[in-house]
Amino acid sequence: MGLYNYTIEQVESMLHNKEISAEELAKLSLDQIDKVDNDVKAFLTLNEEEALKKAKQLDENGDYDQKLAGVPGAIKDNIVTKGIRTTAASKMLENFHDPLYDATVTEKLAEEDAIMIGKVNLDEFAMGSSTETSAFQKTTNPWDTNYVPGGSSGGSAAAVASGEVMFSLGTDTGGSIRQPAAFCGIVGMKPTYGLVSRHGLIAFAPSLDQIGPMTRKVKDNARVLEVIAGYDKLDSTSSSKSIPAYSEQITDDIKGLKIAVPKEFLGEGVSEEVKEAVQNALQMYELLGATWEEVSLPHLAYADATYYLIANSEASSSLARYDGVRFGHRAEEATDLIDMFKQSRAQGFGEEVKRRLLMGTAILSGENNEKHFRKAQKIRTLINNDFQAAFQQYDVVIGPTTPTAAFKFDEKIQDPLTMYMSDRLTVPANLAGLPAISVPCGFTEAGLPLGLQIIGNHYSESTLYNAAYAYEQATNHHKKRPELGGE
Amino acid sequence: MANISKEDVLRYADVARLAISDAEAEKYSRDLSAVLTFAEKIQEINTDDVKPTTNGNDAKGVLRDDTPEVWGEREKIFDNAPDHEDGQFKVPAILD
Repeated sequence: MGLYNYTIEQVESMLHNKEISAEELAKLSLDQIDKVDNDVKAFLTLNEEEALKKAKQLDENGDYDQKLAGVPGAIKDNIVTKGIRTTAASKMLENFHDPLYDATVTEKLAEEDAIMIGKVNLDEFAMGSSTETSAFQKTTNPWDTNYVPGGSSGGSAAAVASGEVMFSLGTDTGGSIRQPAAFCGIVGMKPTYGLVSRHGLIAFAPSLDQIGPMTRKVKDNARVLEVIAGYDKLDSTSSSKSIPAYSEQITDDIKGLKIAVPKEFLGEGVSEEVKEAVQNALQMYELLGATWEEVSLPHLAYADATYYLIANSEASSSLARYDGVRFGHRAEEATDLIDMFKQSRAQGFGEEVKRRLLMGTAILSGENNEKHFRKAQKIRTLINNDFQAAFQQYDVVIGPTTPTAAFKFDEKIQDPLTMYMSDRLTVPANLAGLPAISVPCGFTEAGLPLGLQIIGNHYSESTLYNAAYAYEQATNHHKKRPELGGE
Repeated sequence: MANISKEDVLRYADVARLAISDAEAEKYSRDLSAVLTFAEKIQEINTDDVKPTTNGNDAKGVLRDDTPEVWGEREKIFDNAPDHEDGQFKVPAILD
């Protein structure tokens, strides 16, 4: 039996009852990678030796009391891992063999005895929505390998969906956890901005970036989040709020939950199959004792443009550090220092990263700064105000995670604007710093998964988990598995 | 209609310390023009009395003591460097 058959809770009790060992769990993970990763191509680097060593140690000590004891997981390759190559899927960092320190989230996972199986693929520097901009490989969608897994956390999503690991960490700047979770039929949580430390995350757009968990089940997701969340003095935007034990508090009793459904989330460009899946989900919520009403959040229509102006501006600044001096790629044939910078960056960055670097530079230049960047920051305020007005009357905002199911390789990569538009339902939560979760809500006729997005007010992760858990338990979508993953 | 010319792109590339070819500059001028034209729609909203939001939460002025610490793995830093000599990073000549 493969990892598909277990939840973290089950693994915990099986370890305690000696029905399985941590080593066996790690081997289940590694065997599955052996079996399917030629097709899925989720992993960039395997941590096989260390993972088995740590699992054996756990078994020898017989201490399985930590929150993720023996649970195999994967980490997106833009999160640094001491002693393990970290590339951000960029040629720029291809030879970055040892970042020399662990990200705070990596440390926290290790403290709770999770088994780190390896590093997974992403769009280069997390810039993309299909994982096609990775400099190294194209990760596929385990439900149909002709389709993209979504992005930028495509490797994280595909690794979980194909049963290679029980959880993964992704990062979400404009939907990069939720969109691939929806495309791959799993659960993805983007926490409140500041809930999870970004120390050791390779920055894309620091005012939007958040790290979060990706899992097959809602409760597993809650368990991983309670491990990685919490104040960190090494991240100045880190929140000092205390972190509840989300997975212990979780309940499927959501009677009286008040849901707002923005009409802007079900408008033009959203496929009929997606609309129908959301309508069905809303009916299910009624049966569960929740109520819903259609509302209007008028500034959501501007979220996509606002997002790309802000994210690319910040990206152009975040990318400044890659100069070929202290680490990263250096061009050999440069004539002087400035030329060395320019050639190293030309060779190290891929096309999409260059596009965003140039776009950000353009937006921040001269009169554009006030006209575009400053203006976008003001629209950001208005978007947040829209949400705050909704949360005066409602507990959560619900809509689709994506306008359509997964698309095929090469379908959108040639047209940046079309690709950017595919994020327009996920970017509002990032702009407003709100938590948002994607939970499986059905399949298209072609058999591709769809995701339901639940957005809450700041620090309302518990409410989101309850809403997602109640829906999950009342439906069967989460029980389906891609054929490719086997049993 | 935003129009980012090829010359604009070459200027931005210089500021961003990025070597690009003329053909690339052509392509990016089309891409940037398209995206900025699309972004024009935010201009229709009046934001005269709106304060900008600069971050995902309201954290500000978070300070901690800046205490130097000895880090025992100095040599390892150079293992990641493209070029180094005598405990320093080495780069091409800055002055002739």
